[in-house]
Amino acid sequence: MSEIVDILISASFWAAVIRIATPLILATMGELICERAGVLNLGIEGIMVIGAFAGWMAVYQGLPLWGGVAVAMGAGMLFGLLHSTLTVPFGLSQHVVGLGVTLLATASASFAYRLMLPEVTSPPKIEPFQPLHIPSLSDLPWAGEALSQTALTWTAFAVAGLVAWVLYRTPLGLAVRAVGENPAAVEAQGLSVTGLRMGAVIVGSGLMAVGGAFLTLSAFSSFFFEMVNGRGWICIALVVFGAWKPGKAVLGAILFAGFDALQIRLQQTDLGAVLPYQLFLALPFILSILALILMSRRAEVPASLMVPYNKGER
Amino acid sequence: MSQNAGAEVVLRLDRITKSFGALRANDAVSLTLRRGEVVALLGENGAGKTTLMNILFGHYVADEGVVEVFGAPLPPGNPRAALAAGVGMVHQHFTLAGNLTVLDNIRLGTESLWSRWHAGAREKVQRLSRDFGLAVHPDAKVGRLSVGERQRVEILKALYRDARVLILDEPTAVLTPQESEALFATLRKATALGLSIIFISHKLHEVMAIADRCVVLRHGRVVGEVDTHATDKAALAALMVGGELSLPRAEARAPGPVLMQLDAVSTPDRGAAPGLKAVRLSLRAGQITGLAGVSGNGQAALAEIVAGLALPGSGAISLRGSPVARWSPGEALARGVARIPEDRHHQGSIADFDLTENAVLEGYKTRFSRRGWMNWRAARGFAEGIIRDYDVRCPGPETRIRLLSGGNMQKLILGRAMAPGPEIILANQPVRGLDVGAIAYVQGQLIAARDRGAAVLLISEDLDEIMGLSDVIHVMSQGRLSPGFARGTMTAAELGLWMAGQKFGDSDAA
Amino acid sequence: MRLETIANPSAARRLGLPALALAATLAVAMALALVGGANPFAVLGQIATGALGSKLAVLETLNRATPLIFTGLAVAVAFRAKLWNIGAEAQLYAGAILAVVLGTGALASPLVLPLSALAAMLAGAALLLGPVLLKTRLGVDEVVTTLLLNFIMLLLVSYLLEGPMKDPMGMGWPKSTPLIPEARLPRIVEGLRLHWGFALAIIAAVVVWVIQTRTTLGFEIRAVGQNPEAARFAGMPVNAVLVKTALLSGGLAALAGWSEVAGLKGHLSLDLSPGFGYTGIIVAMLALLHPLGVVVTAIFVAGIFVGSDAMSRAAGVPTYIADMLMAVALLFMVLAILLTRVRVVRG
Repeated sequence: MSEIVDILISASFWAAVIRIATPLILATMGELICERAGVLNLGIEGIMVIGAFAGWMAVYQGLPLWGGVAVAMGAGMLFGLLHSTLTVPFGLSQHVVGLGVTLLATASASFAYRLMLPEVTSPPKIEPFQPLHIPSLSDLPWAGEALSQTALTWTAFAVAGLVAWVLYRTPLGLAVRAVGENPAAVEAQGLSVTGLRMGAVIVGSGLMAVGGAFLTLSAFSSFFFEMVNGRGWICIALVVFGAWKPGKAVLGAILFAGFDALQIRLQQTDLGAVLPYQLFLALPFILSILALILMSRRAEVPASLMVPYNKGER
Repeated sequence: MSQNAGAEVVLRLDRITKSFGALRANDAVSLTLRRGEVVALLGENGAGKTTLMNILFGHYVADEGVVEVFGAPLPPGNPRAALAAGVGMVHQHFTLAGNLTVLDNIRLGTESLWSRWHAGAREKVQRLSRDFGLAVHPDAKVGRLSVGERQRVEILKALYRDARVLILDEPTAVLTPQESEALFATLRKATALGLSIIFISHKLHEVMAIADRCVVLRHGRVVGEVDTHATDKAALAALMVGGELSLPRAEARAPGPVLMQLDAVSTPDRGAAPGLKAVRLSLRAGQITGLAGVSGNGQAALAEIVAGLALPGSGAISLRGSPVARWSPGEALARGVARIPEDRHHQGSIADFDLTENAVLEGYKTRFSRRGWMNWRAARGFAEGIIRDYDVRCPGPETRIRLLSGGNMQKLILGRAMAPGPEIILANQPVRGLDVGAIAYVQGQLIAARDRGAAVLLISEDLDEIMGLSDVIHVMSQGRLSPGFARGTMTAAELGLWMAGQKFGDSDAA
Repeated sequence: MRLETIANPSAARRLGLPALALAATLAVAMALALVGGANPFAVLGQIATGALGSKLAVLETLNRATPLIFTGLAVAVAFRAKLWNIGAEAQLYAGAILAVVLGTGALASPLVLPLSALAAMLAGAALLLGPVLLKTRLGVDEVVTTLLLNFIMLLLVSYLLEGPMKDPMGMGWPKSTPLIPEARLPRIVEGLRLHWGFALAIIAAVVVWVIQTRTTLGFEIRAVGQNPEAARFAGMPVNAVLVKTALLSGGLAALAGWSEVAGLKGHLSLDLSPGFGYTGIIVAMLALLHPLGVVVTAIFVAGIFVGSDAMSRAAGVPTYIADMLMAVALLFMVLAILLTRVRVVRG
């Protein structure tokens, strides 16, 4: 027990929690925007992969790190455009299209990787984002270490704040919330359902891709095929867990990252010697399922989530 | 001519034509609206009223014809342009987001998406509420409002945008007669302030009460335009249906034993929809029991109980005097309860199934299969029988049901329900949206079933239909059920008071 | 724009648009070949000969198609009921585990093959039972739960291969002890590298087709998928139908893993399935969820993968072209199918 307490009070643990939470926060915000507008985006897993790849490859080709982030975002938005074109004006099954986009984005990353680096056995590394030195904050004894994070992490939290502010404080956010609840209400007030939903999916997909890019540009400084490893699906569970609210979703991501960081450290303890390491690795997925069960009855799901809108419907 | 004859023309529809596939919904329809005037657009279901208004508002694009507002042509297919020109529409099915507040629903789309909110919205809403007599709290969640309150929000939405022309599509369908009066008072205030109103309806007495002028549509065409002061209901009715209106009326008959009884049945509320409050109801053989009430007052909950879709939270159901232990749609069917659902598209049929498959939906297990193997030959024969006996117009039993008109779809559902010779029949809004011929047919079948000795529960929001067919009338309000009134003992106005819930206080003890 | 339903789509529309989707996929293939610096026509030719150019290639394609028929059927059955089983991958491994558990000596009876097949089906069915009960009881979306189970299952397999099922002769490579000969599926024709799993897959397709068209369960599955509200109103036990569908779907997916272990590999390893569960979704969608169509599309999809491997060795275009083409084909096909039923109109 004391081992766990030791872990929980260590600054390095909290630094890891925030680091692990970063891609989850970015991608969860992306998915939340899509779902708030009424579109379930199962392309998330693949879009994170393409974001991780595109950002990394751009930097490897000589772009600055923020250029890599921009390229990742652009790639994500492109797949968002594909997803939303098929699901919004054409109203195709969001399940099928989402999975198709995930398969396509993942395959595109693999194809492009092999094409650009045909002979490479181990992927080259790039110089990743470094922790920001913030005067006075970084010098604090405990917090300084815990908050020793890269600019991309700080951006993720800023993005979450911005998403919350736009959703609840601006005419645009009101329109997004309305279109996920009742598209007919939006149409009757002279707004374009198609425009709002496609816009939400495209912007949301861009954020997902930046979440993926964090993995290559900040966390691992290289690209591996399996590196996203189900994080996208976990983010979908986090949106439900957060009851489609940005603040709660961020808390969920941090809680989740806490368990993830804890299991990594528990593997080094006596517990890790007794239990198979696979059990620790499965913990995030098990927790996601538990979160879904826990929130199943309470969640305030947008009423028109997964319901396509065709204005001529008679 | 009406007193507005010389006033400024605010809206002109000129030879609007619109087809959906082979159906010509509007055929060269023209209409003029002047300042301060109420024009009623009258017509049967399917006459093209709603299509015309959807064109005006930019939901649809007309194949031909122009819309002019204040002399300027309106770009087609653009609700935003219609709103900007001062046209406001109150849809029959409300277009509100339930998760948002009243204020948010009203100001949705009124400001550029890329700007911040401007101050003063709340004050404007409050002022309009006061001026037009539309009481509703700006911070209430719309999902929790009653139907009447939601309609007020819809009207406020249009007024907030400074609409000069208000279009109301069947606005009284969801109101009690008394609530309708309040709405009319609001509309009179609006016209006094210089607004112009198009009032869509198929209820003659309302048209006579509120409109200055009346344009009658039939099969997509204007068949008459009359001054309401210079006409009467009979003349309008004749114009509307194109001849004598002859709906069946049921003659009184001696009732038989109680076949189904609900005893103090209660169900939980569901959001804004009230559940049942200790409902006692007896359905007797050889009797049509009519259930009147404003939409959303618990009729759906009662229909679900009778159809087997829901279980009572408390209270008991008994059939032929013995209480039922298990209750489900399958159980209800097995015990001789036939159901004609409220929503024939979503509950009553499966759009992409053919007529054979739809015909055997309820009987596939008992009558058209053996040990899990379907007997498609028998199923097809059964479907052909219904098509023949109930005059379902279709190319054949392999036609997908989505291609049928509402009336023919309803005939198939009716034939399916009647085939096992049910003793109890639940008919929930059986003629909603049908044309006059189909209405007469369906109602005739219900009367015939009653005369054979079936107990019929007829649920309808149309008081005329209830009063024309029922041997006994109950009224529902807020989930409570009134005592049964025998045929001819109540006037529409008295039933209206029950519908408004005003009479329930003194009857609770009874 | 607005979509308008076409009352009676012409045959040209119903056949032409799916054909156009395949043609468009082909065009994408050629574009990707160009991007890869190869001659597009040569690449297509190499994929074709790689898949069908020799007896060996054909057998390899059919072997590859076998698990895809099973997972394609699993998906087709479930999607018919609008039960989004994305967990065929996990159910496949459940079947594979059972093939090893019962096939490595624990059961030394001549009935070991049918018994292990049955056990595998039960395991796959049980694995999907959880998500479907969560869906019917609590309304938890089965897409996410089945997806998450895929990851959990792979970790379980990893644990088993390093622990209880580890092959002592494996020289550190994570694979299971090999199956005893009695637990192996024999070859259909002696000397040809094609095992009975392929024949079983075709039989399974026919059985599923008969269930769907001739039985009350098939009628119920279709009704629940098309309109659960109407199905419930008509007295169908909607939740029970979903559970039965799940059992059937999970069982079919498990047979994919069972037949790979018992027929092809003879042992379980972590690379048993290169995503057969996910590819099954493409197979099923391309077949328009028709069970007999699944056989055809599975062979087609398998051919693309086998052919791309061969092409990649020759032309240097990455073999992942196959994954891209399959995803593109899926998206084109769902769009084409929609456009057979509706037309795009203005206003």
